[in-house]
Amino acid sequence: MRFGRTLVLAVPWVWLVLFVMAPIVIVGAIALARPTEGIPPYLLGFSPDNLTLVLTDPLYRDALLLSLWVAGISTTACLLIGYPMALAIARSPETWRDTLLLAAMLPFWTGFLMRINAWIGLLADDGWINAALTWIGVGPLTLLYSNTAMYVGITYTYLPFMVLPLYAQLSRLDPTLLEAASDLGALPWRVFLRVTLPLSMPGIAAGCALVFIPTVGEYIIPELLGGPGAALIGRVLWGEFFSNRDWPTAAAVAVCLLVVLLVVPAAISWLVARGPGARAPDTGGARAPDTDGAGAPANPGRASPAPGRE
Amino acid sequence: MGAVQGRTLKDLLQIDGLSVRYGPALALADLNLTVRAGELFVLLGGSGSGKTTLLRAIAGFVRPTAGRIALDGTDMAPLPPYRRPVNTMFQSYALFPHMNVGANVGFGLAQRGMSRQEIDARVAEMLALVRLQGLESRRPAQLSGGQQQRVALARSLAPNPSLLLLDEPLSALDRGLRTETRTELMRLNRQLGMAFILVTHDQQEALTMADRVGLMRDGCLAQVGTPAEMYERPTSRFVAEFLGAANILPGTVQPDGLSFALPTLGATGVASVAGVPGPGFLAVRPERIRLDAAMLAPAPNRLSGVVVGRSYAGETMEWTVRLADGTLVRSIQTLDDGLTAATILPDAAVTLSWQPDASILLKE
Repeated sequence: MRFGRTLVLAVPWVWLVLFVMAPIVIVGAIALARPTEGIPPYLLGFSPDNLTLVLTDPLYRDALLLSLWVAGISTTACLLIGYPMALAIARSPETWRDTLLLAAMLPFWTGFLMRINAWIGLLADDGWINAALTWIGVGPLTLLYSNTAMYVGITYTYLPFMVLPLYAQLSRLDPTLLEAASDLGALPWRVFLRVTLPLSMPGIAAGCALVFIPTVGEYIIPELLGGPGAALIGRVLWGEFFSNRDWPTAAAVAVCLLVVLLVVPAAISWLVARGPGARAPDTGGARAPDTDGAGAPANPGRASPAPGRE
Repeated sequence: MGAVQGRTLKDLLQIDGLSVRYGPALALADLNLTVRAGELFVLLGGSGSGKTTLLRAIAGFVRPTAGRIALDGTDMAPLPPYRRPVNTMFQSYALFPHMNVGANVGFGLAQRGMSRQEIDARVAEMLALVRLQGLESRRPAQLSGGQQQRVALARSLAPNPSLLLLDEPLSALDRGLRTETRTELMRLNRQLGMAFILVTHDQQEALTMADRVGLMRDGCLAQVGTPAEMYERPTSRFVAEFLGAANILPGTVQPDGLSFALPTLGATGVASVAGVPGPGFLAVRPERIRLDAAMLAPAPNRLSGVVVGRSYAGETMEWTVRLADGTLVRSIQTLDDGLTAATILPDAAVTLSWQPDASILLKE
């Protein structure tokens, strides 16, 4: 019994140690190593030079800031397109939902590179989109190898990662709450802003994290669709690793990226935890005076901090 | 206009020929109903009888297939729920989990563009009304079920609707709290002068609380009346059996129109009634049937039988008596003289009798 328990718990632990801890330790060790000629191209040691270089050289800083910017734009685009999609699927008749969800995930059935290549075909100077633009007299435009193409590619690729958690959240939303809001006189857009949107915040946070984090380090899409100017952190990392064969610097970039990517989701989850609850929604009743003491939770153990009090 | 318990009330809600169809199923079938201003109207019915559909049609969540729902003379059918001067208290309470009690109660007021000061004052007033003063900053999850129920009530009362709809408001409460809340709802109905339509499947709840009861069956109203009318003068077997226990015996109203013959009981089986000659049913409430240990001489409204069972319920005792034709009749006696009546044991030959006014004649 006790042995079986240990065995079951051991599986995730072994997994975490082997495939999460070990690579991080190795990358960390290489980041502190010295570059050298040879195989492997580093000498282990405790040199802060690589990290210092990455933190001070504007090349890396700019690449990271650009990556965060691109990831931010792409995440916003995914949210703006994905939210209505998820809402439409969640509100569609029960018999349709699985089909629509399947349709949203259908691109996964094809290889990722094939789909990106398809976009190259669509966006090329003599591609279908330009053919259509020429036909209506707007084009041809230079679409491929531009920021536009990169954003289109990233948004297209990561959209399902936004739709799925949003759908999961929205389909759990109790429809009676929407009826209650409507019954109390809220116009449809007020029902959305006051009830649907705040109650879907966990889904929004999950979707944004799932899109934002991999997008920051994205290499293939900017490489295949983006212009040469899009010096994103993923491309810089690739260049250090494969073109310059400077493993220690590449590892230092990877460590910095990892730290940034740990901070962002932590910030998001902190914001969600404080999120809609921390704001006093709608009425002044939310900011009840605490002078009579009755406003204080009777069971502080269970109570989350009362709103408007911090 | 109508008089309910001494109050003269004008008509508020007028429903004419209302039908609601879900696919092939007819949830409401050509229903007519008038609810008066300020009255506590209880919609009673079993599951699937259409009572919740009717409530939802009044609130605007169900689109009628045909018919008219007029409030104060204005047809509400084309109005969406958010434009109807009607509020609902939901069975599940449907409190907004991300808002505190103050924001929940003030939600309807904020939609009407009231100022923060007005909202605060009204929220405090409503919470005082349901005895939850000072709980504005609590979250629904921090409240007990009974408190949540009262927040839901305060929220639906806050916009001061002319008609409040309550969907099984007491079903999620435990027994003690339910009785207390019944009284509370009746007090609020009187105090605010607001018409309540309350849906329930509990006939006891309906009889206790209602100014008038509408008993629903298969998307229609089987009968509408005051609790006493419904109980004492049901118009059908369904109503008689739904509201309390009833002994129902088939027979015929004699040509004289004054007596009811129970053919399977022979010449002695006669009850005095007043009705149109022809076949029908005689219903007698168990508590109206007197039980005597002695064999009395045959007479109208008097039947003899043998006790086959009895059950003790504290203040009352219920006997089951088999008549000569095998029919089982139930009689409930108050044990107000101690256990004297309890000396009648199974297998004893007894006489059942009742006052002429206890006979209820039913045609169907």
